Amino acid sequence: MSANGSGIGASVKRKEDTRFLTGRGRYTDDINLPGQLYGYILRSPVAHANIGGIDTSAAAAAPGVHAIFTGTDMEGVGGIPTGWLIHSKDGEPMVEPGHPALALGKVRYVGDCVAIVVAETREQAKEAANLIDVDYQDLPAVASIEAAEAEGAAQVFDEAPGNVCYDWEVGDRAATDAAFDEATHVVSIDVVNNRLIPNAIEPRAAIANYDPATGDYTLYTTSQNPHLIRLLLGAFVLQLPEHKLRIVAPDVGGGFGSKIPHYAEEAILTWTAGQLGRPVKWTCERIDAFKSDTHGRDHISTARLALDADGKFLGLHVSTKANLGAYLSTFATCVPTYLYGILFAGPYTTPAVYCEVKSFFTNTVPVDALRGAGRPEATYLLERLVEKAAVELGIDRVEIRRKNFIREFPYQTPVALQYDQGDYDATLDLALKASDWAGFEARRAESAARGKCRGIGISTFIEACGIAPSAVVGSLGARAGLYESGSVRVHPTGSVSVFTGTHSHGQGHETTFAQIVSDMLGVDFEAVDVVHGDSAKIPFGMGTYGSRSLAVGGTAIYLAVEKVIEKGKKIAAHLLEASAEDIEFENGSFTVAGTDRSKSLGEVALTAYVPHNYPAGLEPGLEETAFYDPLNFTFPAGTHVAEVEVDPETGEVEVVSVTGADDVGRIINPMIVDGQLHGGLAHGIGQALLEECLYQDDGQLQTGSYLDYTMPRAADLPSFNINHNTTLCTHNPLGVKGVGEVGSIGVPPAVINAVIDALRPLGVNDMAMPATSQRVWQAIQQARG
Amino acid sequence: MPTVTMTVNGMERSGNVEGRTLLVEFLREHLGLTGTHVGCDTSQCGACVVHVNGTSVKSCTSLAAQADGAEVTTIEGLANGSDLHPMQEAFREHHGLQCGFCTPGMVMSAVDLANQNADPSEHEVREWLEGNLCRCTGYHNIVKAVQAGARAMGGGS
Amino acid sequence: MNDFTYHAPTSLDDAVAALRGDGGAKLIAGGHSLLPVMKLNLAAPSALVSLAGVPGLGDIADGGDSVTVGAMCSHAQVAGSAIVQARIPALAAMADGIGDAQVRNAGTIGGSVAHNDPAADYPAACVALGATIVTDRREVHADDFFQGMFATALADDEVITEVRFPVPGRAAYAKFANPASKYAVAGVMVADGPAGVRVAVTGASGDGVFRVAEMEAALGASFSGEAVAGVAVSSDGMLSDTAAGADYRAHLVTVMAKRAVEACG
Repeated sequence: MSANGSGIGASVKRKEDTRFLTGRGRYTDDINLPGQLYGYILRSPVAHANIGGIDTSAAAAAPGVHAIFTGTDMEGVGGIPTGWLIHSKDGEPMVEPGHPALALGKVRYVGDCVAIVVAETREQAKEAANLIDVDYQDLPAVASIEAAEAEGAAQVFDEAPGNVCYDWEVGDRAATDAAFDEATHVVSIDVVNNRLIPNAIEPRAAIANYDPATGDYTLYTTSQNPHLIRLLLGAFVLQLPEHKLRIVAPDVGGGFGSKIPHYAEEAILTWTAGQLGRPVKWTCERIDAFKSDTHGRDHISTARLALDADGKFLGLHVSTKANLGAYLSTFATCVPTYLYGILFAGPYTTPAVYCEVKSFFTNTVPVDALRGAGRPEATYLLERLVEKAAVELGIDRVEIRRKNFIREFPYQTPVALQYDQGDYDATLDLALKASDWAGFEARRAESAARGKCRGIGISTFIEACGIAPSAVVGSLGARAGLYESGSVRVHPTGSVSVFTGTHSHGQGHETTFAQIVSDMLGVDFEAVDVVHGDSAKIPFGMGTYGSRSLAVGGTAIYLAVEKVIEKGKKIAAHLLEASAEDIEFENGSFTVAGTDRSKSLGEVALTAYVPHNYPAGLEPGLEETAFYDPLNFTFPAGTHVAEVEVDPETGEVEVVSVTGADDVGRIINPMIVDGQLHGGLAHGIGQALLEECLYQDDGQLQTGSYLDYTMPRAADLPSFNINHNTTLCTHNPLGVKGVGEVGSIGVPPAVINAVIDALRPLGVNDMAMPATSQRVWQAIQQARG
Repeated sequence: MPTVTMTVNGMERSGNVEGRTLLVEFLREHLGLTGTHVGCDTSQCGACVVHVNGTSVKSCTSLAAQADGAEVTTIEGLANGSDLHPMQEAFREHHGLQCGFCTPGMVMSAVDLANQNADPSEHEVREWLEGNLCRCTGYHNIVKAVQAGARAMGGGS
Repeated sequence: MNDFTYHAPTSLDDAVAALRGDGGAKLIAGGHSLLPVMKLNLAAPSALVSLAGVPGLGDIADGGDSVTVGAMCSHAQVAGSAIVQARIPALAAMADGIGDAQVRNAGTIGGSVAHNDPAADYPAACVALGATIVTDRREVHADDFFQGMFATALADDEVITEVRFPVPGRAAYAKFANPASKYAVAGVMVADGPAGVRVAVTGASGDGVFRVAEMEAALGASFSGEAVAGVAVSSDGMLSDTAAGADYRAHLVTVMAKRAVEACG
């Protein structure tokens, strides 16, 4: 690979930007089909109720209404499936209740889909929906983990006693107990990981169409993974063969995990289009997005760390309760288990680790992946606990981390993962230097002179991403493989189309993947286009989440390019009257080794499509597909440092600076990589200081709009100080790891550790997320007695 | 149904609307100008920002009827042919966008700031963008882009 | 949002006539108080009567001992007005902190005052500065105009034409904003003007804007931040929501009052 102006390692400006900047992006709600009708989803206004009956007569008679469907109309249609089967400690499979797309007999959360009204216009559909009379017979609701596990709690599902879905564990409990028996010190912590609402700025939308002449269905949808939707919707819900169901995810305005799941609305729309034989369009209003997009996080945990007299970690015991919401969303069950418990070694050599997770159904919006998905929850707990241990034992908080770092690779953790490579000292050193950690006390004094409390906090972390080896995840309960496909089509004139099963909804794949292909094939960056998001165009794909696109999808493209080069060598050898073994490929030319005799890629491509003079037995054409199944997770790691200033009069926390020192593997486009880090950091700071989804006890959502749910704004954040130290992933050819989730995983504990550091002189020793001004003020009041 | 007439991106456009038709609905659904987006229903997110008579407003919180007779500029009207407007170019140059959904409103808001302040500080840009939410970028590169775009505009669009 | 008839009168008389002709009609100025509640179906007027085409409502004038702001002046216009900046800088600064840039470009003083949202900023400015709300038929002092959450002295067919602010000796506004909505959680305008020292609070009480007599008395004796820092306001009747409970709001009123006094210089 040779670095050139637009190749690997260059901050190439993005291909996708011109259309987005000129208003020519094509998002789902921008698409209109001839003859389209509009659907409006009527949602439950109550958290838990039996449906005594639904009277749609007035609505059906309203102007413009074409059809109204309720749960009983869709009764014969399959329910919404979940993608991951978890087994409990006792070996029993999790409780997996049905999830009818339209509520059948019962509603289980505010926002549950009750009916679809289809009308000529959006307003007509909505107005008619208001005329539907649903007889909700209220049932007691459980809106939190505490309520769900309480004695005599209302049951979300009869088949899930105590509202428990599963009671899972990972790690060696006996070995961990033994470690605590030997310990000189035990440090404990209780933490809540606050529930978040994802809030991609593009609301979800879908348009379904059915062609009665061919029997073909098409669904345009705001998805991070169109093929996965085709699999779930086709094979499980509507029982449609894949070749009759096309899923298009065009430009998608952010996902962050909330556009992974297969949603009920996708099934309702597609089925309804089939019933009516006309396209039906639906666009979620933000007010409905708050109560129907999957939520994230929502854990309550208690943990203990065993240490020897020197501060070496001996054992870690974690007990977590996780809220899954009212139904099992696509990845819901694996987020608090296999994306969480296996992270608890962190970057440390803790020899014995045990984690148990009990998960609960509640009358709340289903919970699924959100930027980081499980790994932010684990990292937050671990880095809060390590910090607390340092303070309680009187060990410097940097030194306690350094004392326990893993330094020999590969490293087998006690919780399943094997880290292939890393250098945690290097990122720690870099972060300390870049943040001027050593000079902090002077800054603290300067703030104090202005009446402000300044604090600094650190987090050293690792994540597991690039999900994931199919055999591994299959053995852990995944119902799909997690490989990726890539196709590379060299056109007769030498330009290239790349087809990827990943999906770009902000990550810049059209640019990054083009850089890789341009670099490998020696063709102009502008001559490479990347196609994604259409199941009719892409062989297959598992989509984009878990920071997998480059490590898994990029590798598939890399392997497809290698196949193209191998075939090109055969064609070139024929043209050059040489042996294919003697052909070298570099900078776009096939050359007979040791000579100046060569053929350009363009000449070879033209020959492949106009094969008048062609190797006998070789297929014409120059197009190759590769499926890549990763050998291991990838393990980005790093250190984040946050510095905050608290106004003790109001409790306001200002983030003064955030420094990241990250190892994300080989960097293809530094500009895009830093942009991904910025976004993740903002999301993490949002969780730490601003964002919190709150429910009332009766299951009503209290933070149901941007008036109540605080999104990070420009003025809430500083500019970020991003630094890199790279070690290469050892098990993929590009050496890449992943970057999309790093910020949201690493920074929340750094921020909270900083807030506690700022307030410790006032007697405050604990702080929950989000550290809102009110919460900080209350903590100061309490400490003052 | 009342008829509204306005100049949109330099062209006179008319349409029959309901009283309740929002300006953003008129632009997107009547005129097919889908570059202006809708991201919320409580006037917070700013994906819908356009210029009406030269200043930035939220087209989700304006009636089409209120814009009768007005000069409206949307993101589609900003570039000069194939040449990007300096603010658009600055967003591209500084990677001030990722998914692109908030971008049209963000750019239109930024142009309004630059028209008033040719060299805004980081603090001024961050305060100005209170009405524009972005979930992708963490605002870091947006702020840089707005500062650079404002300087490139030299005090006027 | 329910449909409605849209009227665009070109005179004050026609606007009043349109209001009288439809009992369900409402005035619309910038629409930034009204349209958001209509979009959430919390209001459903049968007609909207726009003041945009009515001449003479958009001027700011220096009357010597007072500044008069036309009802259709946007917040941005007030914030950027050389007259307001020179004569009542606290009012310009307050207007510059309302909502966001786009809200300030469209929202008007008349709309804000007529709506009387308990978390809006203008009511505090009007009461602290002792403003007079001028309508198509009379003048109402701010003390009599604001009558609790979303309630004012306006008749159904009455139109605000301008607001007249006496020029104070010194004044300042300090606001603690809701982190999500950016509306005031506690906004305090302190003014030392012709009517003495006034402290008016918005955002905190369910009854809308109110004055704090103890603070005014303390400032009358000694105009300093310290004088009000020790004056606690009761949390009884304070609003309470997820961002700020009643106790916290009451505390913030004192802190913002202190900061406003200090900002008076």
